[in-house]
Amino acid sequence: MALVVAQDIYKDYQVGEVAVQALRGLSFEIEPASFVSFVGPSGSGKTTLLNLIGCLDKPTKGTLMVADTDILSLGRKASATFRGEHIGFIFQDFNLIPVLTVYENIEYPLLMVQELPAPERLKRVTTLLEAVGMTEQKDKYPDQISGGQKQRVAVARALVTNPQLVLADEPTANLDSKTAYMVIELMKKMKDEFKTTFIFSTHDQKIVGEAEILYRLEDGLLAGREARGGQTNG
Amino acid sequence: MARLFRIAVRNLRRYKRRTLLTASLVAIGVLFVLVFIAASGSFKNMIIAQITDSMLGHIQVHKKGYVASIENLPLTLNMNQDQMKKVEKAIQGTPGIEAYSPRVKFGGMFSTFAETTNIRLNGVDPDKEMKTVPLLQSRILQGGKWMQKGELLIPQLLARGMGVKVGDTVVIIATNKDGSVNGKQLRVSGILESATGPGGRDGYLHIDDAIEILRMEEPEVSEVAIRLKDFGRLHDVYKGLTAALSNEMNKQGTLLFEVHTWEGLSPFFNVARMIDVMTFFIKLMLIAIVLVSIMNVMIMAVYERIREIGTIAAIGTQPHRILSMFIVEGFCLALFGAAIGTVAGLLVVLILRSVKVTFDFGMQTGLVLMPTLHVMDVVAVALIVIVVAVLGSLQPAFKASRMEPIKALRHV
Repeated sequence: MALVVAQDIYKDYQVGEVAVQALRGLSFEIEPASFVSFVGPSGSGKTTLLNLIGCLDKPTKGTLMVADTDILSLGRKASATFRGEHIGFIFQDFNLIPVLTVYENIEYPLLMVQELPAPERLKRVTTLLEAVGMTEQKDKYPDQISGGQKQRVAVARALVTNPQLVLADEPTANLDSKTAYMVIELMKKMKDEFKTTFIFSTHDQKIVGEAEILYRLEDGLLAGREARGGQTNG
Repeated sequence: MARLFRIAVRNLRRYKRRTLLTASLVAIGVLFVLVFIAASGSFKNMIIAQITDSMLGHIQVHKKGYVASIENLPLTLNMNQDQMKKVEKAIQGTPGIEAYSPRVKFGGMFSTFAETTNIRLNGVDPDKEMKTVPLLQSRILQGGKWMQKGELLIPQLLARGMGVKVGDTVVIIATNKDGSVNGKQLRVSGILESATGPGGRDGYLHIDDAIEILRMEEPEVSEVAIRLKDFGRLHDVYKGLTAALSNEMNKQGTLLFEVHTWEGLSPFFNVARMIDVMTFFIKLMLIAIVLVSIMNVMIMAVYERIREIGTIAAIGTQPHRILSMFIVEGFCLALFGAAIGTVAGLLVVLILRSVKVTFDFGMQTGLVLMPTLHVMDVVAVALIVIVVAVLGSLQPAFKASRMEPIKALRHV
């Protein structure tokens, strides 16, 4: 059973008096524990699509099922609950909470969203800190660590709730190429270790090749699908 | 909850200057309110104590209609022995009464043989009067501690105007209720400091002398002044005494007696009420200061942290949790300001007490202001600040909780 099923989804925006069609009838399926990338130039609809899959926005038309849930049926609170239980986010600007330490940033979703007991939180955060190699920096604040380290913390925060799906919108855009490659490698390692589906958007051609499945977007349309190993559609 | 407080405190520390400025504003407001409450309360209580403990007593009982005609000191509205016994029985049956003093009040002529003027007099039992209005003794400026039979205490202004000294012999002449005039020679045993309020310029003589001058066949009483064990129970005792006397009717079927607290007898009660109204408005100003400053800070906090709000909302934080995060922040800021203001207020009150500020009120000079703060005043002011701060945080916190994560994440 596919984790994400999109059927003919459209997304329209109104920018001032101008109507913008960001997505124009996209249909695709994403299987569990896959490493998927959406690529395309600026304005192709990558971020819009990720926002829809992440239940941060709703399609204007079409059906979008994530983890067997029709996201159109979710209200405000239910959306938040759904995101907290099923989805992890990695942001381009890392978006760590500046007043929390590395440890507390990773712990935040367990404490404030899932409200897990302290021993369980300690176990999960310690595991993730080790997995992303940030144990020694656990007591530092975000402004005391590098960009690459921040993104590692963001990866750990996204994974700590054991989500089925992690969405990363341009996760390497603010990193140098070496660090960007390391972050993608980390994400792949995490995907193998935790069997989590990773969907990320990028326009960086150097890291595109790291995806197992690649969707090309152009002007809000799906221009092609490539699976590693030569399978190509579109 | 502990984590919410920790995050709130860290966010406040993040903008140190703004936090300190706002907390200072709140603290200054709290400081002024506490010092005003302490000083005005002290002034009010001091004057009330002066009035009740040196003249009026806490409660007075009269025959019905006496207070309305009190300027005339009507002898026809005195209580007879039977009526006085009823009043004494009611007093003894009402808990919370420490002492009482029957008084015969009358107006008369005061003559030094060379000059004559009018005077208002209270005939009192010295022991009972001393127990009921203990500060009366402190108003004796010259002469002995208290008067005996055949002696008279006269007000300062009268003594000055008539050139009378302690030890002089004077004559008191009065008309009794039957219209016959009588006089008696008395020795001036002391000069009384004039006081503000009703009875503040009256003379005092022994009740037996008053009875003799007024040629009463049996002792009569114009009023009974009552002192309570606990002034805080004034209204309870008043209700109890009123109830105890409510069955006593005159021939016309109306109430025989009337009971008044000092509030119904002294014009200072209106000043006391004005002080309470001023305190209320000062508290309103504090509310305005706290509301505006906390609301302003929280609006800024929300505006500056829109992307953070977007992030925590995106990762699944429920709106009510975001709401509580900002409310707790406003609460912590108010708590900080209230704590500083309370400490500063207590320090200023302590300093004022050690400096011993003096003031004059009416004829009384050199009254020492001793500001006092009650725990309930401090708690009430702190509670006002905190509750208003939470209310002031509500709107920005609600705005934060209602933000669409996608729009918040796009905010630059």
